[in-house]
Amino acid sequence: MIRNRLAFLLLAIGLILVRAAHAALTIEISGGAALQIPVAIAPFPGEEAFKDRISAIVAADLARSGQFRLVSTTGVSPLPRQPAEVRIADWKARGAAALVIGSVVAQPGGRIDVQFRLIDTVKEDPQAPGGVIQLAGYSLPSSPAQLRATAHRIADLIYEKLTGDVGVFSTRIAYVTKRGNVHELQVADSDGANAQTVFRSREPIMSPAWSPDGARLAYVAFESKKPVVYVQELATARRWAVANFKGSNSAPAWSPDGRQLAVVLTKDGTSQIYAINADGSGLKRLSHSDAIDTEPNWSPDGRYLLFTSDRGGSPQIYRMPAYGGEAVRLTFQGSYNVTPRYSPDGKRFVFVQREGGRFRLAIQEIASGQVQVLTDGALDESPSFAPNGKLILYATEQAGRGFLAAVSSDGRVKQRLTTEVGDVREPAWGPNARP
Amino acid sequence: MKRLTLGMLVLSVLAGCASTEPAKEQPRAAVEDRTAKPAAGTEGTAQPLVPPTSAVNPLNDPNNILSKRSIYFDYDSDAIKPEYRPIIEAHAKYLTEHKSAKVFLQGNADERGSREYNLALGQRRADAVRKAMAVLGASESQMEAVSFGEEKPKATCHDESCWSQNRRTDIVYQGE
Repeated sequence: MIRNRLAFLLLAIGLILVRAAHAALTIEISGGAALQIPVAIAPFPGEEAFKDRISAIVAADLARSGQFRLVSTTGVSPLPRQPAEVRIADWKARGAAALVIGSVVAQPGGRIDVQFRLIDTVKEDPQAPGGVIQLAGYSLPSSPAQLRATAHRIADLIYEKLTGDVGVFSTRIAYVTKRGNVHELQVADSDGANAQTVFRSREPIMSPAWSPDGARLAYVAFESKKPVVYVQELATARRWAVANFKGSNSAPAWSPDGRQLAVVLTKDGTSQIYAINADGSGLKRLSHSDAIDTEPNWSPDGRYLLFTSDRGGSPQIYRMPAYGGEAVRLTFQGSYNVTPRYSPDGKRFVFVQREGGRFRLAIQEIASGQVQVLTDGALDESPSFAPNGKLILYATEQAGRGFLAAVSSDGRVKQRLTTEVGDVREPAWGPNARP
Repeated sequence: MKRLTLGMLVLSVLAGCASTEPAKEQPRAAVEDRTAKPAAGTEGTAQPLVPPTSAVNPLNDPNNILSKRSIYFDYDSDAIKPEYRPIIEAHAKYLTEHKSAKVFLQGNADERGSREYNLALGQRRADAVRKAMAVLGASESQMEAVSFGEEKPKATCHDESCWSQNRRTDIVYQGE
């Protein structure tokens, strides 16, 4: 296993953050939520002793979400480390709505104690000491190797407290890289750090899909000179062919309970959708058409499948009951609508729409049929929702090179994740669950 | 005169493609005879001594149509154009005469659009060649139609000059 050190640059709000020396993945942000929450993050005393600086990682996470504006802490002296040391007026004057303070203390035996507190800098409580209202306060045991994970956990707690939504900073992403003829399936933290190659091949790799428990990846690989669907256990690297029938095997999609996969097979003729258990047993055909039926995606409640079909003459998005029944066409604008992916709440789906020779992401509300175009690239594809439904990771292309990008599900915030060498494609955002 | 007759027989086989009647064995054997004749324009000139021609694998002999392996398609189409019929004809005949031979029919698509949908489009192109060869008598057990979608482009530029080369089905024999 090769361990790539991916670091990132954050160019939002003029901040350049950690680990630029090994920069391989660059994240640029444009746009922002309509109402960004102004938050100040004070340096944590003690963090400078470690390579991974907690406050910088937390700040980068929050800024990357597009939902926060970072308020400068320079010039505030001394920087508070306890609630009693906070002078609310200092932060009000800077326009901060909240302040993060904390500390990092090394303990014997390599343990590290990380503490942080989230302070309300708008309201005061005359009853509280110093009038300070603490919105959250945690003590988190960590270690030098876990400091990044601890920082992401802190960012999740702050995000959840201030937005009311679930944070996704502790999640991981999977994607495929191509350098020359070498294809790699990689897994990285959601900020691009800690990238690891989990499978490498001289033949193509495509369509990675996370199991709901985050322990396994299904994907398509061509090492036997044809597309075969594999499942790989991440912790052990054990992998097995789950669908290797005559013809092509592709487009794996996990059922929400993680027990089976929808796959696309051609063993009976044209590309059709089947369900199969994760161990390769119990094959059952789900779609019955003489057209292409592909790109299945389960509804979060497991009752329906979205899929792409050209049964009406052009590729469009359809929905069918997961265990048989009539398919209903959902897209009607344009002659090419493909790659449907349910939002985590099951109320919308993101998809790829061709318009004037350009391929871009759009989102459709299922109940109303209302469509909003999200991106304006030329070759945007492979959308994947963050588990909280707020961001959509996708693949795009510029000057013939593939890279990853993300857009907020309201289209307001855009991020580009670029690498220095090779192509990056086929992103899949992992679940919140971590084995 | 004999050559003309053979040409007519080939044409009649091609015409038969569209019918449900499988092609008959006779004309195919005759076509292979033709490839065994010395190349035109070599009479009266000194020739180096070469090993017996039986050592040449017809599948790789550049003078043999069997060395042609790619069928190209129009945009968003899996219709086999008439100019590629002779190639499909020759490989179908080879399969009927070599029952132990097996082929992969590898469909491909250009890079535009969804990778999985392109995999399905490539499959359709592979299936079109498979069905044409089955009609000509090749056994399904000797053929496997698979797709590489847009994953293995022959040409890597981003305009029609490359896309047209990537919309194709390759005929690849097992062991190659």
